[in-house]
Amino acid sequence: MAQAAQEVGLAPTGVIAPVDGAPPIPAPVTIVPVKGLPIVAVVIAGMIVAIATNQIWALDFYHVVGGGLWTGIDLFVGLIVGPIIGSMPVPARVEFSKRFMPKMVLIMPTLVTMTLGAGWQLARHLGNLDAGYPHHGWLVASYIVVGVMAVIALGLLEPANLAVLFELRKERPNGLLIEKLMRVFIYTAGVTGLMQVATLVIMTKLATG
Amino acid sequence: MSVAPGIAADGPPAGAEPDHAGGSPSLSQLAGRPLPPVQQLATATLALVVAGGIYLAAHLPRHPPLGPAVALLGLAGLLLLGNALALSRVRDFAWGKFRLVAGWALLAYLVIAGMLEYVFVYDGTRGGTLVVLTLMLAIFALDIPLLLGFSVARFQPPGE
Repeated sequence: MAQAAQEVGLAPTGVIAPVDGAPPIPAPVTIVPVKGLPIVAVVIAGMIVAIATNQIWALDFYHVVGGGLWTGIDLFVGLIVGPIIGSMPVPARVEFSKRFMPKMVLIMPTLVTMTLGAGWQLARHLGNLDAGYPHHGWLVASYIVVGVMAVIALGLLEPANLAVLFELRKERPNGLLIEKLMRVFIYTAGVTGLMQVATLVIMTKLATG
Repeated sequence: MSVAPGIAADGPPAGAEPDHAGGSPSLSQLAGRPLPPVQQLATATLALVVAGGIYLAAHLPRHPPLGPAVALLGLAGLLLLGNALALSRVRDFAWGKFRLVAGWALLAYLVIAGMLEYVFVYDGTRGGTLVVLTLMLAIFALDIPLLLGFSVARFQPPGE
């Protein structure tokens, strides 16, 4: 693989490296990985079928799988990957961002939609939405946690993510701007990661009664 | 400072902490021109809509008193209108990039809002509660594209 890459002038990092010794040309930055869209479409279609048919297993599957991955990724990115990126030099952050952020543009909204869509329907079907449900207060607490995370993610994290991707498409991206925006991304990912701990507490409480 | 190929070398030294005493320019300064606080206002609008949604969702399937939700909705609507008006008066701006990002975001968020509306109707939400939720979803579907479009366009050269 590495040999093949060398033969066509591709460095292992994905940067196009001309063989004549000229400076490497950065690979173009994708905003939305189009190849991933069919996968997203299949996942969302499955969720709609689960909701329309009200199959408890399917709803539970979508809610648990989506929620587990959402929580896990938020915690991992916010508390493990984020600080590592923060300690990396700017060029390394840029190269990481080029590959990482387009994937997050597809993965996170899909997981959030799966979790919340299936979770709401599951709660409705099981009668948990009713104010008479003994743990209704915990459920409302989960709404608040998700609401705060949504405001942080949509108000700060996603704008920073998109702005970085567009900056990277420029002929001469501004390294300082990218660093600033990445810092916003890392901090907000850390905050949402910590808030996911509250989600874990609430959801395990609801699941066990 | 070592920079990646094609990256402008105007950042701080690698590994340095750029924000302490005396600090580097803020994001607003990096935008290169004075702009209205669109991101802050859009985030506040989003927070109001989310708070209203949580209030209503906490009472479903019953019909809650709509006063607090209507107040939050009204405030969010005013903020969105004021925000859009303030941005529309900016001349030195990358309107092409704004339209590109906001347009696609609007399409995506109209689909999301439509799905949420369908869920509320499917679950039997009716009357005033449905009207307030629908208007909140409409504000949500307009506010996020405004925010995302601005967030990208503010760092692009004017006229792009």
